[in-house]
Amino acid sequence: MRNTKKTQKIAFFFLFLATLLVVVPVGLIVVIIVQKGLPAINWQFLTDVPRQGMRSGGIFPAIIGTLYLVTGSIIFALPIGLMAAIYLSEYSRENFLTRMIKLAIVNLAGVPSVVYGLFGLALFVVFFKFGASILSGSLTLGIMILPLIITASREALESVPQSFREVSLSLGASKWQTIRHIVLPNAIPGILTGTILGLGRAAGETAPILFTVAAFYLPQLPSSIFDQAMALPYHLYVISTQVPNVDEKIRYGTALVLLAMVLFMNLVAIVIRYKFRKKKKW
Amino acid sequence: MLRRIKEFTIEKLIQACGLASIFFVAVIFLFLLKEGLAVFKTVLPLDFVFGKNWYPISEPAQLGILPLVLGSLLVTLGAALISIPIGVACAIYIAEIAPGKIKEVLKAGIELLAAIPSVVLGFIGMVTLVPWVKNIFHLPTGLTALSGSIMLAFMAMPTIVSIAEDALYSVPKNYKEGAFALGATHWQTIYRVMLPAAGSGILAAVMLGIGRVIGETMAVMMITGNAAVIPHSFLQPVRTLTATIAAEMGEAVVGSEHYFALFAIGIVLFIISFIINVTADLFLHREKY
Repeated sequence: MRNTKKTQKIAFFFLFLATLLVVVPVGLIVVIIVQKGLPAINWQFLTDVPRQGMRSGGIFPAIIGTLYLVTGSIIFALPIGLMAAIYLSEYSRENFLTRMIKLAIVNLAGVPSVVYGLFGLALFVVFFKFGASILSGSLTLGIMILPLIITASREALESVPQSFREVSLSLGASKWQTIRHIVLPNAIPGILTGTILGLGRAAGETAPILFTVAAFYLPQLPSSIFDQAMALPYHLYVISTQVPNVDEKIRYGTALVLLAMVLFMNLVAIVIRYKFRKKKKW
Repeated sequence: MLRRIKEFTIEKLIQACGLASIFFVAVIFLFLLKEGLAVFKTVLPLDFVFGKNWYPISEPAQLGILPLVLGSLLVTLGAALISIPIGVACAIYIAEIAPGKIKEVLKAGIELLAAIPSVVLGFIGMVTLVPWVKNIFHLPTGLTALSGSIMLAFMAMPTIVSIAEDALYSVPKNYKEGAFALGATHWQTIYRVMLPAAGSGILAAVMLGIGRVIGETMAVMMITGNAAVIPHSFLQPVRTLTATIAAEMGEAVVGSEHYFALFAIGIVLFIISFIINVTADLFLHREKY
């Protein structure tokens, strides 16, 4: 008896140790980036163009480029993703086609990000002749975050109780009226959460934009969606591997801005989810 | 009447979007094939997969991806050896042992890790992990397969932990209660009852984690050293399939043999991820209980 207790103690200790091994580095990474990046952050760094071969100046064009890309990808992915989610939750039946759609979503989520880059290059840049442009990059990122948006929206829609739909239908509302006025409003927090997480994902990805939009160095802002643009994740890659003798501070500063942007979006998503859970009436 | 037409249109649109994901998976694969298969006009498929030399810009170009495949496999093997035991242990701790508040904190930590962009992790790996590896093993460079494996193991954690945790939660409560009632300790219950019952879910978690590792690009490109040679140990630089595409596509001329070859690598990656995801999905949706 004492032996089994001892075994349990040892086993639990190792499980705890493993958990620490995962969680502690996460905390350390965030702390290191904040600590070393914060001194670089000032008004000039955030609003100036890169200067002296990106060894000084700011990262303004990269921030703006990333904002454009994120906006573009969501304009594309949200309508399609939301409607696909409505289809899966409200219209589809348990049959072979639905099974295939779900499998396709899983696969879309699993395609390596660099393969999305190749695909964007082949389809948007070369085949549609959009060139390396914000349009090509946004569409590529949009397809990449599609599975995330579909899955989150579908969960949100399916969590609306069946009785809501039944009451609406029994009052003579049509199927679409029920979806539009009853199901969707009740699912909005969940959809919003998924959308914001998608935004964060699109903001942080590098590989899909490598050959579809990202400019190595472009001191002016893009003027149309057919222009190339700098982007934060690619800029971080460039100044940490491609350009020698960049001040550590600038690298950490760029990493911090990118991390802050992504984590901020995640935080907003978490807050929405939390508030919604508290307010939920059913 | 007008309303009927409007609703009809909207419903058709919704159905069309429902099929969008199938459409996109098909289009991605078709375009990879369209650009990638062209390389086999000049290189035999067997020479491509088993060729020992990757010199895409020499004259004539040698396009054998064996060193890249082995590079990917080595880094993935290392990452799997590290991440599977630690990830599953972490999932058990969170699902079974951690008390309420701590559990929430740990889950938030895992979510935080999943949210950090891979280029940021690559950067951190470059400035912390790479010098450590270099100093500990007294190497000329810390940009090695080992550094890549450690970083990738870390990046696979969120996938492995969250899916394995779900699998443990979905084990029916009465299994556990039954074990307790028979006098088993908590650990015996976990080890003998929970783990086997959650087996297929945990297997799926591991597979999806490995899928994440094989497809990961930026961090790997930044810390594995990118030498396209057949690797002999964990302590030397390697180059993976993904890193090759990311590093070389910028210089490849559209329509050149090199360009086609990089797309052919894309086909290989797509097929690998397809197989992993379909198999993992089968494990996750296997009817049980």
